[in-house]
Amino acid sequence: MAENAVAVKDAMKEPIRASELDPKFKYQLIKLHGSEKLLKCFQCGTCTSDCPVARYSDSYRPRTLIHMARLGLKDRVLKSDTLWLCAACFTCTDRCPQGVEVASVIRVLRNLAAEEGIVPQVFKDQCSSVLQSGYAYKISELRLKKRDTLGLPPLPKGNPESVQKSLKGVSFMKNMENKGENDAKQ
Amino acid sequence: MPNSKYLIFLGCAIPYRVAAYEISARKVLAKLGVELVEMPEFNCCGLPLDPVSHETMLILAARNLALAEQQGLNILTLCPGCAGTLKKVNKILKEDKALREQINGHLKESGLEFKGTITTKHLLQVLKEDVGIDNVKNAVVKPLNMLNVAEHNGCHILRPKAYIGFDDPEDPQTLKALIEATGATCLDYVDETECCGAPSVGVSDKVALQLARDKLNHVKMVNAQALITICPFCHIMYDTNELRIEKMFNEVYGIPVLHYPQLLGLALGMTPEELAFNELRVSTKKLLEQVNEGAKINEQ
Ligand code: SF4
Ligand code: SF4
Repeated sequence: MAENAVAVKDAMKEPIRASELDPKFKYQLIKLHGSEKLLKCFQCGTCTSDCPVARYSDSYRPRTLIHMARLGLKDRVLKSDTLWLCAACFTCTDRCPQGVEVASVIRVLRNLAAEEGIVPQVFKDQCSSVLQSGYAYKISELRLKKRDTLGLPPLPKGNPESVQKSLKGVSFMKNMENKGENDAKQ
Repeated sequence: MPNSKYLIFLGCAIPYRVAAYEISARKVLAKLGVELVEMPEFNCCGLPLDPVSHETMLILAARNLALAEQQGLNILTLCPGCAGTLKKVNKILKEDKALREQINGHLKESGLEFKGTITTKHLLQVLKEDVGIDNVKNAVVKPLNMLNVAEHNGCHILRPKAYIGFDDPEDPQTLKALIEATGATCLDYVDETECCGAPSVGVSDKVALQLARDKLNHVKMVNAQALITICPFCHIMYDTNELRIEKMFNEVYGIPVLHYPQLLGLALGMTPEELAFNELRVSTKKLLEQVNEGAKINEQ
């Protein structure tokens, strides 16, 4: 999806209107697990300069995302395609001189976007697979049989019923039950 | 030799498409006296779903920890992503009582409870801390002193330091020492600790493959005869995708990518067949010839 992230590049350059700022967004963020230290960021740029993804993307810049989130540009950040480009390598988290858990802030922003229904297909597939089999990928019968010929013990059983019970109270997962690509085709 | 016993946690990627890693790891661990017990039941560690729902990740990880606690055994994983997730969640839930109660509320629905009584280690950590690098060295019967290889640790075995913290994330030493224990030389190269790009696959394949290409370029630059990995995802990026990267960027690498236990297995006297070398995508023919030639010289 972010392959053609032109829209976002423009969204980052577009002039900011005071009317689009959500003044409380940053306070919402610092209450969430992972983004508690957001306000400590002094915009030094270490995260962006050490980010491997930023090197090959015209639009993905962790420092910019942090800045936009603090300004309160909630909509632009959550709707930004580039949000999904982070490889979660945690280089930024380990190197931020202010102790901002940058990769976790990105994860918090993604979680909020997902709650608003913005979820790339890969994640929908994995959610639905976990709910149906316990495993994040659908492991074919052929593979399971091949384990035997390879001299490997049988794969531990997933317990989808039990997994579903544990996840019953998570509203996000309720919406994911039938979102996998394979299921959509059926 | 130690007599340690672990629940083996395979994760999803390894049974899905990285059999050679599992086959070679099981053989090597058995030889070194580490006993493996199968998980009675399993679900995804949770990491792949963290980007969309942190709460789901916590619940999935806590379920696995609770299942392992019932067995009274610590977990050994082959996937650094699983290891990192289980370690992190174990730590968070032990320290944050309110969160633990919240997550246990979800687990109760399926009759489980997280107590925080076990630990998780990645293969590398077990080899270093339980077996010991000297014991690995002593078990070598066929030293690989004819090989110059490069290592790729990957991200999740190292970072974030606050949760993983068993090696130096800026200049990691464990995998290097374990490679050198086989007799092979481990070469230094540019940006060793950099990401393979795997998590960006499916979101932007282009960015992901450029990262993998950078790594292959750097490894080629120092004339490494093979690249050694300890993560199923990194292995897919460099081995399964090597041809694709060569085509995309008009390069020629031909660098074999071995799972560390495959390298170690050779040094312990196992055959390439036993270690599932045939499951690898990039040809290891030349590499194995070099090993055989070197072995002949060693015998003289
Ligand atoms: S490295 Fe830390 S302080 Fe510097 S810009 Fe990034 S988040 Fe802000
Ligand atoms: S975790 Fe994401 S933002 Fe941070 S350095 Fe890695 S790819 Fe960049």
